[in-house]
Amino acid sequence: MIKARVTVTLKSGVLDPQGKAIEGALGSLGVEGVASVRQGKVFDVEIAAADETAARAELERACERLLANTVIENYRVELV
Amino acid sequence: MRAAIVVFPGSNRDGDVERALVRAGATVERVWHAEPELPAGVDLAVLPGGFSYGDYLRCGAIAGRAPAMEAVRRHAARGGLVLGICNGFQILCESGLLPGVLMRNANLRFLCHRQFLRVERTDTPFTAAYRRGQAIDVCIAHGEGNYFADPDTLARLEGEGRIAFRYCDATGALAADANVNGSLNAIAGVLSENARVLGMMPHPENLVDDLVGGTDGLGLFESLARAA
Repeated sequence: MIKARVTVTLKSGVLDPQGKAIEGALGSLGVEGVASVRQGKVFDVEIAAADETAARAELERACERLLANTVIENYRVELV
Repeated sequence: MRAAIVVFPGSNRDGDVERALVRAGATVERVWHAEPELPAGVDLAVLPGGFSYGDYLRCGAIAGRAPAMEAVRRHAARGGLVLGICNGFQILCESGLLPGVLMRNANLRFLCHRQFLRVERTDTPFTAAYRRGQAIDVCIAHGEGNYFADPDTLARLEGEGRIAFRYCDATGALAADANVNGSLNAIAGVLSENARVLGMMPHPENLVDDLVGGTDGLGLFESLARAA
């Protein structure tokens, strides 16, 4: 079984009101120096595949079809 | 008019939209999301409001890939009418039947109140019963209704006149504070290229009876009944 981590993040230029709210909350908690926060998603996936290339290709297909909305999000597949 | 309401796990406005359709004279059937086909001879496919799949992953993301959505896609490709309300609009965007995406409301709040919409076009199967520029009094109830599309898509939608409704005030003016969820260009409803598919965040089905405060929403269902 191949283990992978898929990270989905908002494209730059897309407003992220949740990230903004978190940024504000960190400031009010006294966490210093936070210039900006963007919220994203992480998927830890176990996948049966012939090899790493096949696993990567299948996960990229998963991102394009479901895990990311490519209108607003970018994705990254890492094998771990 | 024969309408099919596609019901997903977590849909909860199917009963209300059915009532509005029946009031406008339609015959209504329910279709479970796992069905691979719509009933033969259906004029209109409706994706109702609610929280399909608990809004997991992204609103409408999982419903947008349901088997019934393949049938809705074929129905749309044949020129069939499709109406997506609230979660139904999110599903239409996620399935690629309409461009853009509905993001978290700019003020991060779930908004649930009466809302005026300006009717931008009346030459569509959804809006013929209204006057152009009319401010209709309906409802909104959503946390993710903030319409976003990239600048090219937005310019194309505007250029092709594909905005059906915009958030406005009681006079029909596009006041900044009337755009309650922060949607680009105050967009509340988007049409497909052939104007046979409409997605909208507000709920016209809430306002079809004087008993509950007004009938401004009925025009949309009467327009459909007239068109089909």
